[in-house]
Amino acid sequence: MSQPVILGINGLTKRFLGLTAVDNVTFDVKRNEIFALIGPNGAGKTTLFNCVTGLFAPTMGRVVFDGKDITGSRPHRVAKLGIARTFQNIRLFDYMTVIENVLVGEHSRMHAKLWDSVLKTPLERREEKHVRERAMELLRFVGLERHAENYARNLPYGQQRRLEIARALATDPKLLLLDEPAAGFTPQEKAELMQLVQRLREQGLTIFMIEHDMKIVMGVSERIVVLDHGEKIAEGTPEVVRRDQRVIEAYLGKSA
Amino acid sequence: MSSPGRVPRLLGRARRLTRNRDAIIYAILIAGVFIVPAIANFTQGTSSGVVLDQVANAGVFVLLAIGLNIVVGFAGLLDLGYAAFFAIGAYTYAMLGSGWLDVTAIHHAVHIPFWILLFVGMGLAALFGLILGAPTLRLRGDYLAIVTLGFGEIVPRIFRIKIEWTGGINGITALDQPTLPVWLTGPWAGQDFALTRNQVFGLDPVPYYVLIVMLIAVSVVLATNLYRSRLGRAWMAIREDEVAAAAMGVNPVIIKLLAFSIGASFSGFAGVFFAAKLGGIDPTLFGFQNVSIVILVMVVLGGMGNISGVIVGAIGVYFLQNVIIPQLPIWTTGAASSIGLSFLNNPNGDWAGLGDEVQRLNFIIFGLILVGTMLFRPQGLFPSQLRQAELTKGTSDQSVFDASTS
Repeated sequence: MSQPVILGINGLTKRFLGLTAVDNVTFDVKRNEIFALIGPNGAGKTTLFNCVTGLFAPTMGRVVFDGKDITGSRPHRVAKLGIARTFQNIRLFDYMTVIENVLVGEHSRMHAKLWDSVLKTPLERREEKHVRERAMELLRFVGLERHAENYARNLPYGQQRRLEIARALATDPKLLLLDEPAAGFTPQEKAELMQLVQRLREQGLTIFMIEHDMKIVMGVSERIVVLDHGEKIAEGTPEVVRRDQRVIEAYLGKSA
Repeated sequence: MSSPGRVPRLLGRARRLTRNRDAIIYAILIAGVFIVPAIANFTQGTSSGVVLDQVANAGVFVLLAIGLNIVVGFAGLLDLGYAAFFAIGAYTYAMLGSGWLDVTAIHHAVHIPFWILLFVGMGLAALFGLILGAPTLRLRGDYLAIVTLGFGEIVPRIFRIKIEWTGGINGITALDQPTLPVWLTGPWAGQDFALTRNQVFGLDPVPYYVLIVMLIAVSVVLATNLYRSRLGRAWMAIREDEVAAAAMGVNPVIIKLLAFSIGASFSGFAGVFFAAKLGGIDPTLFGFQNVSIVILVMVVLGGMGNISGVIVGAIGVYFLQNVIIPQLPIWTTGAASSIGLSFLNNPNGDWAGLGDEVQRLNFIIFGLILVGTMLFRPQGLFPSQLRQAELTKGTSDQSVFDASTS
């Protein structure tokens, strides 16, 4: 159970027709660390996320989560095993309330069978009550409890991002993938996000995020992998990556 | 009385209930269930059965609308072939609850009691819901609509072609009439044990009326339970964003199949009742225009996704189509003669007379009413309350405040 590697990416390749979006990438995410994946636009970061969460089947290579090979597993299986994610372009359930969004996250942890739901058995009532309480707790955690009964789409942008995190947490994950969680955030919101990520790590979660904001990446993450044109060009602590010549070139061009 | 706070507390609860629009709709519907027979009896006298008969027929469509709402309103799967499951339920009763199978290759009539076939029809429709659902899982929107439309055309056609089994275009007639189940007369009354008694419903519409009201009541409770359950939320999540739902651990395949199957089961339920009430069925009763599309109109017009709204939509559209519009020629001729324009009522050259002209415009009038309703209330008559707030008030000013100051 306590092996140090929670997510192993081995020689992962994803091709779309002629385009190689992710090219033979190998790295490990260790348990209970904050790990960042960075790279210029179009480097294949989100594609890699999609391969991990089962939205895409990798062309080659393996994805190992918690000792299990999950290469090509369907997304709901992956979620059930304990990987939750947020999306780069927020994908909430717009016409459901904030609390309902979180409750969907609880889905795979619930046990009520069809007949329990149809007939509202005591088991179902108890479970509903329980998951509602848990969902409210999560909303308090991200500071959205006042908006529990609002439509998700009526939340302002920053709160939508936080709701996505709450929804992901509701699946009770071991590994949380955040796809550009700070995109479009104000400096204050970014600071709050960094605190939130730190708190989650303290609770035992492993965080694996894609982020463009260097202040956040350098501020919270312990290790970083850099992708460029689908290839891994650097890996290491923020200090190492910051000084890496290829990383500087990828971001700023050769003249830098 | 003993506790002084009791009356205000009851008043407070009543006030909260009256603010809840769905509660009001249900209260009116329940009251209507009891008042309609009384009014019919008072105004129509001995022919009050005609009214109850109509209401019971409308009830069939209410059941169908509740079922289709699960597929279209909750899960967001546009199903244009819903009549197929209705037909399957009806033919289940027609074949297994009549002397018909004696004529077929089986050579034995099967008279299974109505009360059992109610559940057999439901189960068969659910099964066919799965069969239709399976190949359409990858389809969405327009493409799904086309495949389901095809299914809805195929099923009645099979019933029409397979003459040796289904009676073809003439259908199956002389179906058994439901008998009262034993628990109504009761072994405690000193009678032998039997599942049913020889107390047939006969031609009296009252038992059918009572039965359909009971079926609808049960269906509403079950559908509401589903809506507020884990499964209901999974349906809505699939409707809103399938990818995100899957990433949250919702298995889209199972959830969609359940939507098709459970939606179809309501239809099978309705089909058995419909066949038993009518006493004879034929394939033309289950077409696209007269069933599938009408139910969809009921669901959309009533307020997709909201059970009480859908019921109102079903009742409204049914009476518009079957009572009000057929009466229009009579009403217009009467109105014309009462204001001294009775010459309009007589044919004159190309003019066929007001009554006939209105008669010819039936579909246009029906269409205009539908288009008009959707223009003025695009969300349906009684949408789910949240969605209504969304469409009328737009985003709340609080959000704007938060967004601009954060």
